[in-house]
Amino acid sequence: MKLKKVFAITLSACLSASMVAGCSTGSSSSASGGAKVIKIGAFEPTTGENGGGGLQELLGMRYANKTHPTVKIGGEEYKVELVEVDNKSDKTEAVNAAQKLVSEKVSVVLGSYGSGVSIAAGQIFADAKIPAIGASCTNPQVTQGNDFYFRVCFLDPFQGTVMANYANDHGAKTAAVITQLGDDYSSGLGSFFKTAFSGLGGNIVSEEQFQTNQTDFKAILTNIKAQNPDIIFAPSSITTAPLIIKQARELGITATIAAGDTWENSTIIENAGTSAEGVVLSTFFDEAEPANEEAASFISGFKAYLKENKQDEIIPAVSALGYDSYLCAIKAIETAGSADGSAIRDALKGVSIDGVTGSISFDENGDAKKDMAFIKTIENGKFKFLTTTTVK
Amino acid sequence: MSLTTFLQQCLTGISLGGAYALIAIGYTLVYGILRLINFAHGDIFMMAGYFMIFAMASFPWYISIPVVLLVTVLLGVSIERVAYRPLRTAPRMSVMISAIGVSYLLQNLATYLFTALPKGYPEIPFLKKIYQIGGLSASFVTFLTPVLTLIIVYGLIILINKTKIGMAMRAVAKDYDTAALMGIKINRIITFTFAIGSLLAAVGSVLYFTDRMTVFPFSGSLPGLKCFVAAVFGGIGSIPGAVIGGFILGLGETALVAMGYSTFSDAFTFVLLIIILLIKPTGLFGEKTTDKV
Repeated sequence: MKLKKVFAITLSACLSASMVAGCSTGSSSSASGGAKVIKIGAFEPTTGENGGGGLQELLGMRYANKTHPTVKIGGEEYKVELVEVDNKSDKTEAVNAAQKLVSEKVSVVLGSYGSGVSIAAGQIFADAKIPAIGASCTNPQVTQGNDFYFRVCFLDPFQGTVMANYANDHGAKTAAVITQLGDDYSSGLGSFFKTAFSGLGGNIVSEEQFQTNQTDFKAILTNIKAQNPDIIFAPSSITTAPLIIKQARELGITATIAAGDTWENSTIIENAGTSAEGVVLSTFFDEAEPANEEAASFISGFKAYLKENKQDEIIPAVSALGYDSYLCAIKAIETAGSADGSAIRDALKGVSIDGVTGSISFDENGDAKKDMAFIKTIENGKFKFLTTTTVK
Repeated sequence: MSLTTFLQQCLTGISLGGAYALIAIGYTLVYGILRLINFAHGDIFMMAGYFMIFAMASFPWYISIPVVLLVTVLLGVSIERVAYRPLRTAPRMSVMISAIGVSYLLQNLATYLFTALPKGYPEIPFLKKIYQIGGLSASFVTFLTPVLTLIIVYGLIILINKTKIGMAMRAVAKDYDTAALMGIKINRIITFTFAIGSLLAAVGSVLYFTDRMTVFPFSGSLPGLKCFVAAVFGGIGSIPGAVIGGFILGLGETALVAMGYSTFSDAFTFVLLIIILLIKPTGLFGEKTTDKV
């Protein structure tokens, strides 16, 4: 008898609690019992060529998952589960990893670091009607013609123009471009820089290409040295960057070396040492100048998180973007009020958030409307903020 | 192309070739004795790079280098003991698969222990000193690599042709069972071969990474593959062959990039492999092998 009574009371308590939870905005997560789960896929390389950068982006997502562990759908609290897959910086593996996410029935996908793998997996997400939000994949083709791909960063044409403008403003008349064969990010950014720099009246004196995992750049750098350019634009992965920088200085090349967002990574300074001084790059985020409150709390919180994970306490821009992509996903799920891919996709089109990299909303291609880039240089072994640039 | 540029490219090519040659010898030696292509060799080379990073963190370079050489030799010998020796009587294919397994194990172990982020290779001051001769500019290691390679190869040839253990190695390479019947301790010879191979990989690693400055878990895979091609090109089993193969590969690759065909620089290596297999399957200096019954 007594047992039955306890049961009845418990049951009624549960029911009323869930009703309260249903109506109020209070966070009584205990009422939902943690049973409801919504899955978000993290599609990132943690091994292979881009393993280092991919991990940093993933850390941003994991941190976001820690600070925003739940989402409300139609008044019901859902626990967000981050499903991580490793696309191994490889286009073939990327397809397998994407299929794994589809079979896990994730509602949204975040990532990936590296445009090539995102492009390779884009169609799979579109076919499965799962919206994807890229964090730092800057190649235009990622979202082009793909209704389900969005991204929170700026694009390579923009970035290429920014760097060409910077070069032109600082009196560079001749430039050399080094790009990686078969890498959509590197070759794309390189060609946008070329177009913009030529458009500004500059002269591209040398174009060189290298293979993935190549470690010896002396041959191409010797060719460049013979042309004596004012600036060398070398968008490439963080594995390659210190090699190019050091070997260039070793051969006695004194031209400014510039690149895109990938180079904003402390391992480059660590590995290239004093040779890295004076390198110029464009990036998404500057921890010295938080854009808003969200950014300020992210900076202090994430630094502690980096320390916990035994990483350098310099916030990589890709971590900030990873965090923002997660926020967008959460917001879109809330707006859509559903875990259905198509509904979230429609919601994403109207989403507007104040992320740590500035305010984010999407244009008709699914690209973030961003018109500002940070230009940084390396000075005394640290990234130093130079200027922000806007291009219309 | 100006003369300076040409000479600079040649220097780059010869230096790269020297490093390739040292690694290629490791493949050739092991193949000569065991008829095994040690696919883990490139990864031993990579691990030697990591050992150097850790050694240099606590010791000066003149202690670090011997420590790295020793630890790499221990790694090579223990790989042989754990992964190859139990398969001594197994079909050759099993040993090769075991070698591929060890290669993946080392790569993933390195990713797990040291992360996939590239680590900076420590600078050894005297190796890194930059010399300028006319318009040429290169660090000391660039000049040292080919010279050191030739000295080491000379020493190795003396060792194999003039010493007792060298004679034993030749005997084992020629006929395994007969050598055993003649009282040669096969296992000791094989261990010794692996020790020399790993030692050369460690020396090659110091020279190669000092010039290229970063180590990451996959930095051994492509050089490993290329040096394997160099060994096959020169005639696998032949030491002078491996050296010449290494230099041809280094020079050819640099020449292609210098002419603006960087797209084909890796393809060059493998086209070379196909051509030599078609025209002279035993390689430039390879001996004709008659099947033992």
